[in-house]
Amino acid sequence: MKTLNDVPVGKTVKVVKLLGEGPLKRRIMDMGILKGTEITVVKIAPIGDPIEVNLRGYDLSIRKSEAANIEVEGE
Amino acid sequence: MSIKIALAGNPNSGKTTLFNDLTGSHQYVGNWPGVTVEKKEGFYEGDKEFVIQDLPGIYSLSPYSLEERISRQYLVKDSPDGILNIVDGTNIERNLYLTTQLAELGVPMVVAVNMMDLVNKRGDKFDLEKLGKRLGCKVIGISAQKGVGCKECAEAIFQYAKEAKPKEAPHVFSGSVEHAIAHIEESIQGDVPEKAIRWYAIKIFERDKEIIEKLNLAPEILEHVEEHIIDCEKELDDDAESIITAQRYEFIQKLISECVKFNEKARQKESLSDRIDRIVTNRILAIPVFVLALMAMYWLAVSDNGPGTKLTDWANDEFLGDGWFLPFTQHAYVTKEVGAETPWYEGKTYDEASSEYEPHGANVEKWQAAYTEAYDEKNGEGAFEKDLAASGSEEEFEVLDESLASGVKTEVWLEDEETGEIRTGNVSETDGLISAEDDEEAESELKWTCDYPMYKRSSEVEEPDPSSGFGVWIPGVGALCEKFCDAVKLEDGSLARALIMDGIVGGVCTVLGFVPVIAIVFLFLAFLEDCGYMARVAFIMDRLFRSFGLSGKSFIPMLVGKGCGVPAVMAARTIENVRDQRMTVILATFIPCGAKTVIIAMFSAVFFREYWWVAASMDLLGVAIIVLGGIALKKTKLFGGEAAPFVMELPAYHLPTLKGILIHTWNRVRAYVIKAGVVIFPCCVVLTLMMTFSWNFSVVGDAIDQSILASVGRFFSWFTYPLGFGNWQGTAASISAEIAKEQATATLGMIASGDGSAAANILAMFKEFAGQEYKFVALAFMVFNLFIPPCVVAIVATFREMGSKAWGWFAFSFQMFVGYLLALNAFQVGRCIAFGTFGTWTAITIILDVIVFLAIVRPAPKVK
Repeated sequence: MKTLNDVPVGKTVKVVKLLGEGPLKRRIMDMGILKGTEITVVKIAPIGDPIEVNLRGYDLSIRKSEAANIEVEGE
Repeated sequence: MSIKIALAGNPNSGKTTLFNDLTGSHQYVGNWPGVTVEKKEGFYEGDKEFVIQDLPGIYSLSPYSLEERISRQYLVKDSPDGILNIVDGTNIERNLYLTTQLAELGVPMVVAVNMMDLVNKRGDKFDLEKLGKRLGCKVIGISAQKGVGCKECAEAIFQYAKEAKPKEAPHVFSGSVEHAIAHIEESIQGDVPEKAIRWYAIKIFERDKEIIEKLNLAPEILEHVEEHIIDCEKELDDDAESIITAQRYEFIQKLISECVKFNEKARQKESLSDRIDRIVTNRILAIPVFVLALMAMYWLAVSDNGPGTKLTDWANDEFLGDGWFLPFTQHAYVTKEVGAETPWYEGKTYDEASSEYEPHGANVEKWQAAYTEAYDEKNGEGAFEKDLAASGSEEEFEVLDESLASGVKTEVWLEDEETGEIRTGNVSETDGLISAEDDEEAESELKWTCDYPMYKRSSEVEEPDPSSGFGVWIPGVGALCEKFCDAVKLEDGSLARALIMDGIVGGVCTVLGFVPVIAIVFLFLAFLEDCGYMARVAFIMDRLFRSFGLSGKSFIPMLVGKGCGVPAVMAARTIENVRDQRMTVILATFIPCGAKTVIIAMFSAVFFREYWWVAASMDLLGVAIIVLGGIALKKTKLFGGEAAPFVMELPAYHLPTLKGILIHTWNRVRAYVIKAGVVIFPCCVVLTLMMTFSWNFSVVGDAIDQSILASVGRFFSWFTYPLGFGNWQGTAASISAEIAKEQATATLGMIASGDGSAAANILAMFKEFAGQEYKFVALAFMVFNLFIPPCVVAIVATFREMGSKAWGWFAFSFQMFVGYLLALNAFQVGRCIAFGTFGTWTAITIILDVIVFLAIVRPAPKVK
């Protein structure tokens, strides 16, 4: 299954499942990343990590290692 | 009874702006008990009846982050009379997520939808009344930045809180979840406060450990509740926590589709903020832009020619020292009185006149000292002072023996204040009057011989007085205190005068001298933070700094640290994660600050002239300590474990308000002066008095070997013995350096009395007590003073920012260990390589090095 860290810049994807548990998962959910949420990858930081995504009308930064917990399906 | 309102909202929702708007200058900043998270409290328009408690900016009331735990503890335990929830209208969906949680607490609430000006500009349409109806509370549109609607929402919440009748919380969840929650409510009735029962029930449904532990429910209740939760989980095929979160967002989406009409056209257009971000976080331009921002900050706050340094110098030397000219009033000297004799400095500015006077001042000072010495040599110790007093003269100096005087000749030179070396330039003599001109390129030194006739001529040259005729001169605090001492007839050298001048004035000056640089650093940081750039800094630098256990925002304190450690340590507050913040505080002061640069300049000029790389490598050594120290600390239990989640909002850019920035800076400066000053001031007084007095409380003057400090130095010399300077001189200089680091060189200069320049005297002193090893002793002394805990001001700031005494001592011990070990290496290993000397301490040093090496390279232990 594809995860958010593999999505190329500019693509919009839909969240299928959140992996893991505990603080990180809760934080991801609190920020509005949930099953069915549409996320656009906006850019990658200059040194290659983290990435910037757009969802629910705002921008969010997330490390690639954290984005690997978000399973997505592309368009 | 006063009414207490909690102000809650997401970070970047304009919460601080609203808080400032409502409370103005009536706010009090402290810490939440036991943690370094800031706690701000204020009175609505200054009325003590109406208290507004600012909560940390949070996205949720989960039990995982420190800020969220603090907020919910406050909301549940301290039970405010009302909640004012501020939400960002341009980012309504995620902001309302917190609102749905706050609504369950059973506390009267008003929702303030902020940034309505931007919402209207975009063309989005909000039905606030409908929104309020669905959320079960009053909703008011405001613009905190423009001050629109702030008063209205404050009045509304205070009115509502007085009535104390909260409306029923909205039913957010689906049928089966609401059903389970109802069951839970039923079974915990009586165990929890009635009004917040829904909130507790939902937390239990989420299996929130903290709440369940605290409630201490009977096992059969928990079992019964668990059945309902599992039923729900089975039905909805997800875990309870996810169900709650997902249904909250579903509820909000539905709510928004009913109450908000977005202007889709405007939404698709690229906003100004997006365009700025295209440059600022661009893959290629991001780092150059960051470097530019850093350079601007560095220049402003701490560079040699920047306004920060100029202001600091002004505060230290002029405002708190002798005095200063009112800007733009300084002019060349003109004799006003008609017919009066014109002085020699007619037509010159004060700076010109005083630099021209310098060689004459030096002549007078050096020749008088030489004469006194010669007189005492001829007539016995202390004879000059006795005879001067007997002669009935009121002057401090007088030539008592003309024939002796004509034979007195002495070397005179002009020194660089920082390095103690003789300056270079050209000396010329006209009509027996010496003049000296500085020229860094020149080969010859500013040095000449002064005999009796030359002294006489120099002593007749009138010293220019800045307070008359050169402009509007405002006397400094130091000068005023001196005048006061004169007025109440406290003699030079008396205990009381030294207490006032060296102790109190010196201590106050040390504390206040830091204010300009702290203010400038925080003005700049507040701007970066409020405009939204700070989040981008973390975004850009996270990768690099995470590899040695620090946060992307750690770079800024370290850069500030190049100038001054005190604002550096305080600047670490911008780092949200406590672990990263503490680590940054511990490590930031290893970067040699401006005062430490003085030590480096002096030592490299005196001892390492032919090794230019010694000076340069000290900064690199500081960086190396930070990187290696970060790696080693991260492998300890205290700092180990998973990196904190970096799921962080990148807020839209906006221009901060001047008021907000000024309030932020003022709060910081005030906290520094009050909290730090209370500790620093007595420390400075004690240290200065130790330097000024001997044990029988007579003023020691230049005979510093008689001082209390010297005997304390002697007592502690065992500590510095393995470092090669186990004598009172090195130890006393190091102790005095704790007042301010540059004091190390000044004290050495005072201790190393001799016939040469300060630099030559210090060189001779090190050669005297270390023989051929003197270079390694000097290196050890320098390294020791650079890398042990910083000056007392920075240590106090460190203790404060670490949050507890235990953490403060941890930082102190770590820094002491690093500085001591480096100095050990400089001396023990250095001389072992150069001269083959090997002793017990050399062996101990090598063993310690191996242990440290292993601590750095060992694999990170697994943390469960």
